Amino acid sequence: MKLNDPYEPVIGLEVHAQLLTESKAFCSCTTKFGNEPNTNVCPVCLGMPGVLPVLNKNVVEFVIRVGLAMKCNIAQRSIFARKNYFYPDLPKGYQISQYEEPICSGGYVEIDLDDHTRKKIGLTRIHMEEDAGKSIHDLDVDTLVDINRCGVPLIEIVSEPDISSPREAYLYLYKIRQIVTYLGICDGNMEEGSLRCDANVSVRRKGEKKFGTKTEVKNMNSFRYVERALEFEINRQIQLLEEAEEVVQETLLWDANQNIAYPMRSKEEAHDYRYFPEPDLVPVVVDEPWIDRVRATLPEHPTTRYDRFIAEYALPQYDADILTTEKSYADYFELVLKELHTKNKEQIKLVSNWVMTDVLRVVSEQKIDIKHFPISPTRLATMISLINDGTISGKIAKEVFEEMLKSSDDPRVIIEKKGLMQLSDQRVIEKVVTEVLDRNTAQVEKYLAGNEKVFGYFVGEVMKATKGKANPRIVNDILKKKFAHIQVSKG
Amino acid sequence: MVIAIKDVICIKGKMVTCGSRILEHFESPYDATVIQRLNRADGIIIGQTNMDEFAMGSSTENCAYGVVLNPIDETRVPGGSSGGSAVAVAAGMAWTALGSDTGGSIRQPAAFCGIVGLKPTYGRVSRYGLVAFASSFDQIGPFGGCVSDVARVLKVIAGHDPCDSTSAQVPVPDYVKSLTGDVSGLRIGLPKEYYTEALDREINDAIMKKVDVLRLHGAIVKEVSLPYTEYTIAAYYILTTAEASSNLARYDGARYGRRAKGAKDVIELYTRSRSEGFGDEVKRRIMLGTYVLSAGYYEAYYRKGQKVRRLIKEDFDKAFQDVDCLITPTSPTTAFKIGEKVDDPLTMYLSDIYTVSANLAGIPGISIPCGKDHQGLPIGLQILGKQFDEETILRVADFLESDER
Ligand SMILES: [Zn+2]
Repeated sequence: MKLNDPYEPVIGLEVHAQLLTESKAFCSCTTKFGNEPNTNVCPVCLGMPGVLPVLNKNVVEFVIRVGLAMKCNIAQRSIFARKNYFYPDLPKGYQISQYEEPICSGGYVEIDLDDHTRKKIGLTRIHMEEDAGKSIHDLDVDTLVDINRCGVPLIEIVSEPDISSPREAYLYLYKIRQIVTYLGICDGNMEEGSLRCDANVSVRRKGEKKFGTKTEVKNMNSFRYVERALEFEINRQIQLLEEAEEVVQETLLWDANQNIAYPMRSKEEAHDYRYFPEPDLVPVVVDEPWIDRVRATLPEHPTTRYDRFIAEYALPQYDADILTTEKSYADYFELVLKELHTKNKEQIKLVSNWVMTDVLRVVSEQKIDIKHFPISPTRLATMISLINDGTISGKIAKEVFEEMLKSSDDPRVIIEKKGLMQLSDQRVIEKVVTEVLDRNTAQVEKYLAGNEKVFGYFVGEVMKATKGKANPRIVNDILKKKFAHIQVSKG
Repeated sequence: MVIAIKDVICIKGKMVTCGSRILEHFESPYDATVIQRLNRADGIIIGQTNMDEFAMGSSTENCAYGVVLNPIDETRVPGGSSGGSAVAVAAGMAWTALGSDTGGSIRQPAAFCGIVGLKPTYGRVSRYGLVAFASSFDQIGPFGGCVSDVARVLKVIAGHDPCDSTSAQVPVPDYVKSLTGDVSGLRIGLPKEYYTEALDREINDAIMKKVDVLRLHGAIVKEVSLPYTEYTIAAYYILTTAEASSNLARYDGARYGRRAKGAKDVIELYTRSRSEGFGDEVKRRIMLGTYVLSAGYYEAYYRKGQKVRRLIKEDFDKAFQDVDCLITPTSPTTAFKIGEKVDDPLTMYLSDIYTVSANLAGIPGISIPCGKDHQGLPIGLQILGKQFDEETILRVADFLESDER
């Protein structure tokens, strides 16, 4: 797709997010991931004859959280429906979902485009449903079914066709992931399937009001695949239109290995789900007090936090973006600031640098949760305050930081133990400088002859002699003073 | 309390077949709530009773495991679908029995076998462990030789159950205490749409005789109207088959029950397991239900059926503003011959004409014996009550029962 294309894509996304409730949506089985196949099961999620679903209230609570965070209208009364189809990983022969009268409607998600403008993507609805099990086909024995995931609660977030490019789709999905993880209702892991995305795509000539024929693209199980699959599909549709051919309404599956989307067999997609109201469940009633209670527990919205980081801390957009990627990053950053009691913009930027480049580097390298990061915000704050008060230099701080990663000791203890205290004693440094100058008379001559580059050499020698501990500012001062003195006495 | 259980209610460790081949070796891994409650009340479960497959039928002839005979005349059907439970009580094999009633499956066999059968208010008794036919209609209820037995069993099995979201949080009264024998001042309604020329003279006369007794003892008898009566059967068959088509989807041969051998793929496994496992009546209803929910037909059938259901419920609400209960025949005929209606499903469906409305409206109904016809076959009288007012219909039933003796 090129900028000067006469075509524009119209994209709507359907995002499924697996909820982090402790038990399943309609029975008391655990939702824990990674247990032996078919161990997190009971008669209800196995679809035994005669069993009945009982709604887990936390599912509703979680959806209200999302609904509020996405500015949706929360229905006072919503109903469940059965979506009927036969599949081995669907024990009841239907999935409990919502169809008419979903719990959330309207609302929007804001995305920050690359040109720094903000765009609202409208939402059609958010509804609750249960996950299916997993069929394992790639065994020579037979198809095997794992019911563990069956009945795990999901929400489906359906957007309006407001998305105009694969990049916007990426940003939208990214924002959804950010919001649901901030709310703590989904772990947002696309590769493991906690977050899944299907897209409805069509293209039309720019300026055209009518939508083109749309196709549905499925199986894009990573953020990158979503972008790539959409690019592929948009180009395919444009090419068809260019060749005066028709786009066929169909469902396509993205194949990440071949980088193509191919049509599903028509048999697989010819579903008539025969939705009808679920007679085993009563309507979900959500009253104002409940909504108010949930609203009171909502964390700061990631976009609000991003805006606040820029306004309150004068951080560059880049920093604010990185620091608010995850709620835990932003929390960590702000905890360090709190410990430092600082409003000083330079110091805040210094903290931002440490968190972005040092803390987050280790977090991403070691793939750990920042909550388990060995250096607590308090410790990092202590270390930064030691830089501020001149106890250690920024350079030594890097060494202290590495030690803290290993030992979990207080930075002061590490500095003490390793003797990393910055050397700021004028007389001691002066003595070392004198020794260095005395040993290097030839270099001194060079400097005096106008070769200023040699200055760095002397600094290096002094640092070497003090094992890097000398306060570089003081070393500079003394060196300059000494040279001035020599010059004067010579002259 | 020696009790027989219709083979549609799950008992842990027992085969629960629902009268179907598709569940021929299915062993339930859990107890239905009613079974737990009976066990807690020291009930003795003496056996499981045969039934129309998945409770679909009015004669207990649609069974994978043989036809059930009426103990009063073995050439006749016992009614259905809870025919086995009715017979167990009528023949003295059990003191009481549990059945399930989706459109008359307790009341009609009670009438055919000359005993008492009660369908409680929808939501009065937990459905957890009752294998579903039509979830928004099904209700478990007791059979007994007399009204007080039925009242006793209801007291044990009724009440809210956290495992059934549709079970109501309504207190359970002491039903035996409500059998006061006093009907004076009670307002009784006779729905005019139920007493037409089509009703058998003998049945009509038998019921009117009872109505006169009530009047004699101070009850106020009024004619009432239920204008949507003519749409009852249509709405009932659209909605129940729709729910059934979905409820029965789980019997696919993949996880439990009958599994066709040698299927080469999953579609063939489904098709063959279900073709071999289900009987004709069940297949007929699954197809009908699938049809009424299909794209393009949903609005015309299912949605319209729901609207009619609401109107029928409103009919009853209106009637119950004027009266405390309604008296109607239970069935348009007495027990018919085995084989008489098997090949004519429509006539068979019409034998539920007086009972299905209670399931559409979710109200309680009881059938009690009301004399015999010229062939010596028992006639059933049905009393319909307001939602959660089983007490009144039990009181009237008990009063009429004393009169019968
Ligand atoms: Zn479960």
